[in-house]
Amino acid sequence: MASAFEYAPAPESRSVVDIAPSYGLFIDGEFVDAAGGKVFKTVSPSTEEVLSEVARAGAEDVDRAVRAARKAFEKWSALPGSERAKYLFRIARIIQERSRELAVLETLDNGKPIKETRDADLPLVAAHFFYYAGWADKLDHAGHGANPRPLGVAGQVIPWNFPLLMLAWKIAPALATGNTVVLKPAETTPLSALFFADICRQAGLPKGVVNILPGYGDAGAALVEHPDVNKVAFTGSTAVGKAIARSVAGTDKKLTLELGGKGANIVFDDAPIDQAVEGIVNGIFFNQGQVCCAGSRLLVQESVQDELLDALKRRLSTLRLGDPLDKNTDIGAINSSEQLARITTLVEQGEAEGAERWSPACELPSSGYWFAPTLFTGVTQAHTIARDEIFGPVLSVLSFRTPDEAVAKANNSQYGLSAGIWTEKGSRILAVANKLRAGVVWANTFNKFDPTSPFGGYKESGFGREGGRHGLEAYLDV
Amino acid sequence: MSDANRLSVFKTYKLYVGGKFPRSESGRVYEVTDSKGKWLANAPLSSRKDARDAVVAARKAFGGWAGATAYNRGQILYRVAEMLEGRKGQFVHEVADAEGLSRNKAAVLVEAAIDRWVWYAGWTDKIAQVTGGANPVAGPYFNLSTPEPTGVVTVLAPQDSSFLGLVSVIAPVIATGNTAVVVASERAPLPALSLGEVLATSDLPGGVVNILSGKASEMGPHLAAHQDVNAIDLTGASDDDLARELEIAAADNLKRVLRRRTEDFAESPGTDRMTAFLETKTVWHPTGSLGASGSSY
Amino acid sequence: MPTTAPAALAFADVTASDSALRRFLHGLPGVDAVGLEARAASLGTRSIKTTAKAYAIDLAISMIDLTTLEGADTPGKVRALAAKAVNPDPTDRTTPTTAAVCVYPDMVAAAKAALAGSDVKVASVATAFPAGRAALPVKLADTADAIAAGADEIDMVIDRGAFLAGRYLEVYEQIAAIRAECGDRARLKVIFETGELSTYDNIRRASWLGMMAGADFIKTSTGKVAVNATPANTLLMLEAVRDFRAQTGVQIGVKPAGGIRNTKEAIKFLVLVNETVGEDWLDNHWFRFGASSLLNDLLMQRQKLATGRYSGPDYVTVD
Repeated sequence: MASAFEYAPAPESRSVVDIAPSYGLFIDGEFVDAAGGKVFKTVSPSTEEVLSEVARAGAEDVDRAVRAARKAFEKWSALPGSERAKYLFRIARIIQERSRELAVLETLDNGKPIKETRDADLPLVAAHFFYYAGWADKLDHAGHGANPRPLGVAGQVIPWNFPLLMLAWKIAPALATGNTVVLKPAETTPLSALFFADICRQAGLPKGVVNILPGYGDAGAALVEHPDVNKVAFTGSTAVGKAIARSVAGTDKKLTLELGGKGANIVFDDAPIDQAVEGIVNGIFFNQGQVCCAGSRLLVQESVQDELLDALKRRLSTLRLGDPLDKNTDIGAINSSEQLARITTLVEQGEAEGAERWSPACELPSSGYWFAPTLFTGVTQAHTIARDEIFGPVLSVLSFRTPDEAVAKANNSQYGLSAGIWTEKGSRILAVANKLRAGVVWANTFNKFDPTSPFGGYKESGFGREGGRHGLEAYLDV
Repeated sequence: MSDANRLSVFKTYKLYVGGKFPRSESGRVYEVTDSKGKWLANAPLSSRKDARDAVVAARKAFGGWAGATAYNRGQILYRVAEMLEGRKGQFVHEVADAEGLSRNKAAVLVEAAIDRWVWYAGWTDKIAQVTGGANPVAGPYFNLSTPEPTGVVTVLAPQDSSFLGLVSVIAPVIATGNTAVVVASERAPLPALSLGEVLATSDLPGGVVNILSGKASEMGPHLAAHQDVNAIDLTGASDDDLARELEIAAADNLKRVLRRRTEDFAESPGTDRMTAFLETKTVWHPTGSLGASGSSY
Repeated sequence: MPTTAPAALAFADVTASDSALRRFLHGLPGVDAVGLEARAASLGTRSIKTTAKAYAIDLAISMIDLTTLEGADTPGKVRALAAKAVNPDPTDRTTPTTAAVCVYPDMVAAAKAALAGSDVKVASVATAFPAGRAALPVKLADTADAIAAGADEIDMVIDRGAFLAGRYLEVYEQIAAIRAECGDRARLKVIFETGELSTYDNIRRASWLGMMAGADFIKTSTGKVAVNATPANTLLMLEAVRDFRAQTGVQIGVKPAGGIRNTKEAIKFLVLVNETVGEDWLDNHWFRFGASSLLNDLLMQRQKLATGRYSGPDYVTVD
């Protein structure tokens, strides 16, 4: 898209962040080597440059971290809520102070555009800590009983798509309610969690209250299965979520799961069409579509399908893919070669099953993991790409004729995390929202998040809610 | 005045599925005895196919029941209490036999069970106000969280508390709009099967509650693994091993699981049996300014 | 001989009656205010640096309708403004000229004389600007007067009262009448006074009404009310001209006016143009800024890019 008005490169400065050549595990307030001495490299997905070498936690390290958390629990849970609140407020403030540094770090380690880490991830991270800080001394009034007690040690396993935000969603409510935490970040995005460990030190958080264990699935499994863990919180794939549900069966561990989705974004013929196009784009291309609540299925009323698709394609042609640190980049890199391979496989399957594939003219960088924004038309409920979560910048377009049909198709999924409704008719919004089996419904908007607003799924998208007053329940003995 | 020589009429206890009273499709029955081992009746020994049929009935009933007004559900639950009050004697008799209690003690339990229906009848149109609410999001959006029923819930009713316990696990499930497939106490199923007769005459739509008698260990694994069941209450799982096995099977479609626990059903129930089978749905909508001239620019 | 705009023919059935026109305008897709403003704000985060900034600054200068619309306007004031339009930066003759000078009808002759020999156009507000509260013959006479004095472009105001009262056909016919008066002699800009139309739905309807009636440009505001051009209302009007061209093949210009005072804001508007309608509109034939103080800020930024030093108000002319 050569234009007369060609935006010059506008890269955010990397110099605001100082990444050490190596990092340890954060256990009991100290950075330490893994017991087995194992390490792994974390790379920048946009360039494949090695950013740092990180200690890889194993079962022995998990045990050490859980013991540290257990030891810290006694004092931490006995602390007046008002004191715990102040620690969390401190953390929120330090995150705000260091937000540019953390945004650049997150963009480097994850591959997502700086525009998003700067304008979405980091503000939400700080807001989440700020919100739950205020709950710490008000738990008696939260509607979860008169004197709700913490559970103990929380084992938390988080994904790579919003590394620091998912950490905030897990750690903020856990600490506010008086639990201590052992958290395992994803193996492709360990850095922001390790920087968070440093923030905990700056905030003077007592040792052992937060422990960070970079590692792979084996460390996650060891954490989930550890007998002295009282609470398991997981965000990630539905397959792993099911395995975790099986592994905690028969125990007293409280479990919350935030898993996959195949969100339907329903556009009626009376939709505010330009805003609907923006909502569709935001719904599936925000964070390269690597979002559990992505609007990955576009259900459009047949009477406006052509018009909408023309507008959508025109809009996709203006998306700017490239250097995630460039402030004008809309589409960054896919997080890993594994994820790129999965997206590629599913897209090939979509083509093989006869759906029509379209992408705007788009030059992909020669190194790193990239996938062009992709649209599939002629998709039916029978196509794999209409059923399986792709977790990438790939939109499947289906049509419907009546509101009943739209709802039936939207609900025809093993998942039930998110949905969108676009119509100017208020009563239709309420009627359709009421019928959708999804935990979050965005009407005339999409992919909006707020710490006060509970988030979580129906059906195989998991259970429990994160955010808001509801999010406290997951960490309280109620 | 009853004639001591009169031959009484025995009751054929039947299942309650989809608003009808079928026998087990398997044709099987088992002997139900009182606490001293005296034969009381034969009860259907339900099979996995009976369980399957019950799930179909519960799923069919779900849309209408979940979509009924909360006021309407409250009226119906209260109607159940009214119907029970009139048939109290029958239930006192059955509970006394089942649990080996004096008629007075059994009457206390039956009255508590009736009052429990009243408690939950009153909750139907309040639980959304207590567990839902407006969220003050930082932006020009109206944001509301409301509880919604999870769907079809398998309930393994308590083994010991044949009626108060039974009512205490069914009523919170259906009060919020779920539908239930209930596996009654294996040893003491008769109050449960009789409850079906009360439900059938209380304006409760067929299929909202389905009652099966038989073995939790036989039907449980099928219900726990059933892909069209959304949740399972393991209260009546006969032992820890079975409870664990069922929880593992329930993970296949990520059923919401209420774990087995010791519970005194005489105590005030609280809300957690309702919230265990509620989803929270949060709906966002832009509010924005009244017009372009009032915009933030 | 007055000409009928080609687009008008395509909508003959729509404009045949008040009720048909109402049905058409109310059938246009609605606008969600929050979503529209969010999109405009999101495009406002584009970072335009170095070469792109230099391009944008020169483009913005070339798109300015350098405006003076004061009761105190005099031929002297207008001559000074015209000189500035032709030669914005006396220290750098490579600086582009502005697109036009915009004045009241009675100042057109003075402006025309001062601009003789340059490419800078003379635009004149007309039709009882800014309120538009006059009878049609008065508006026509006002327009004719400006054109007779040499105006190349007419910036008319619509009758917002008639629009808000739902008398769409009346508004349409007035625009069409002024259009006819302009004929081939002047391009017509139609000012909606978006701040008074108040809702985005109204702005979309007014845009279509104006385009169907033969506007060459649709323009946000007079600069005389509290809310003038905003990124959101301009984005919405850009969407309207984009959709209008897709439907009719006729390209219409857009002019945000009032309230755009510095380079950063102006560049945001150019980003809106670039990413909504594309480079076909990146030309002063199709996009204008109604502004006055904006020019000096653009010039200071231009000097900064050329010299590497920040400039100051003493290094640009006060006219």
